[in-house]
Amino acid sequence: MLVMVWSGLLIYWANDVYKIGWGDTTLVKFFPKSFYQALNVPFKLSQGMAFHFLFMWLFFINGLLYVLYTFFSGEWRLLIPEKKSFKEAWQVVLHDLHLKRGLPPQEKYNAAQRVAYSAIIVMGLGSLLTGLAIYKPVQFSFICAICGGYEFARILHFSLTIGYVLFFLLHIVQVALAGWNNFRAMVTGLEVIKDAAPATVITAVKEQFTIESTKNEGKVEDKETTTNETEK
Amino acid sequence: MKTNWENREFSTDEKSFKKATVQSFIVFSLLFLAGGTAWLWLYQQPKTADNVQPALRAGYVANERLFSKFYSASKESKSFTKEEAVKKVRVNGNVGVGNDFKPDNWILKVAKKPGDTLLITLDDIKALHKTEVIFDFKCVEGWSQVTWWGGVRFGDFLKKYNLAAQSAMNYCGMVTPDGKYYVGNDLPSMLQPQTLLCYEMNGKSLPNNQGYPLRLIIPVKYGIKHLKRIGIIFFSNEKPRDYWAEQGYDYYSGL
Repeated sequence: MLVMVWSGLLIYWANDVYKIGWGDTTLVKFFPKSFYQALNVPFKLSQGMAFHFLFMWLFFINGLLYVLYTFFSGEWRLLIPEKKSFKEAWQVVLHDLHLKRGLPPQEKYNAAQRVAYSAIIVMGLGSLLTGLAIYKPVQFSFICAICGGYEFARILHFSLTIGYVLFFLLHIVQVALAGWNNFRAMVTGLEVIKDAAPATVITAVKEQFTIESTKNEGKVEDKETTTNETEK
Repeated sequence: MKTNWENREFSTDEKSFKKATVQSFIVFSLLFLAGGTAWLWLYQQPKTADNVQPALRAGYVANERLFSKFYSASKESKSFTKEEAVKKVRVNGNVGVGNDFKPDNWILKVAKKPGDTLLITLDDIKALHKTEVIFDFKCVEGWSQVTWWGGVRFGDFLKKYNLAAQSAMNYCGMVTPDGKYYVGNDLPSMLQPQTLLCYEMNGKSLPNNQGYPLRLIIPVKYGIKHLKRIGIIFFSNEKPRDYWAEQGYDYYSGL
């Protein structure tokens, strides 16, 4: 994921026309010159394309394995939003912003997590489709048409990437706030439940996620795909 | 009601829990490190003469092998109307189209085989059936423009000059008269019905900076493959030299 975002940035630089604003007013320009220079981006278009079109396979295979795993393990039942999840997700957001006390009851993931972790899969699929639309717009012209044409597909592809970066940043903040126990659970797949019984005995909840599911590049996306946050 | 999730509780002692935790963190860190090292190795791999790391070039070639299977000459780049074509066509490069060019001396050279070269004038080409193509011209940089071109279908040209044997080869190479810009394209893409030996833009003769008198338009490829000002055309089974492929870009560059 990190390599895809980085190489995508090297490509985007060559035609960096996107901005948020109206008329002659620019609110946010993607991206300022200093940003490019800090990340050593300029004049690396060919490098970007070479990396992008190789690592797209890793992105695809990793995503596919994750989806297959959640499907066959039954984990998807804990991840897919339920009818009430969208309403409850809002309550979780208010709670996390300290605007509301108390949380709706939850299983492994809270409602906001269910929505977010399912949305990221849909986004991943979106990146694959919009990517294919701009990679082979003639041979896969129907995909290009579904994505709203060549130029619009590029805008979608770019917007999804901004989405991942925001997701990642929020994710890091949430993990930091949730604390060590939670982070340990994300990595080990074991969560400690404090036991009233003798102090030497620990009751652990074995999650089906194990470290094996991070078998790939070990990049940032691994943490996302194996997230097991639980607040008990 | 107990859910599956809650059923997965089990008891363990502190020692084995600690062991499991340490093991997990070691594996996690190693995978993280392995990922970083793999990327660094790839990034720092010395580039070959074609300006890209060998492993990344292998990636390009593997993608070409896969995606050329999806190639079909019947799939055309989307057509537009003349009104949709831009009036001001972007000029993105001038390699091979320098100002020292003498139009009066120009003649198209088609190398049939070593020692057998056809010489063809612009009027000869204009005498052939004219085809117009209005399509979204796409650049590797990420921009695109709807542009309107006129010329002779490359397939028609080959037929007219009895180049059937040549059209059975793998590649067609082109070089500018000054030798500074050169491309190679696979024959299936060259024979796609929108591929033109082009002498008109927006209904008028090509301007100098668009490759007067004759250029290539090949809508199933990125702009880097649309050579301006053709001097020599030749055919081969090996990949001809390609200006931007030598700068680290994908040789195939198919859309």
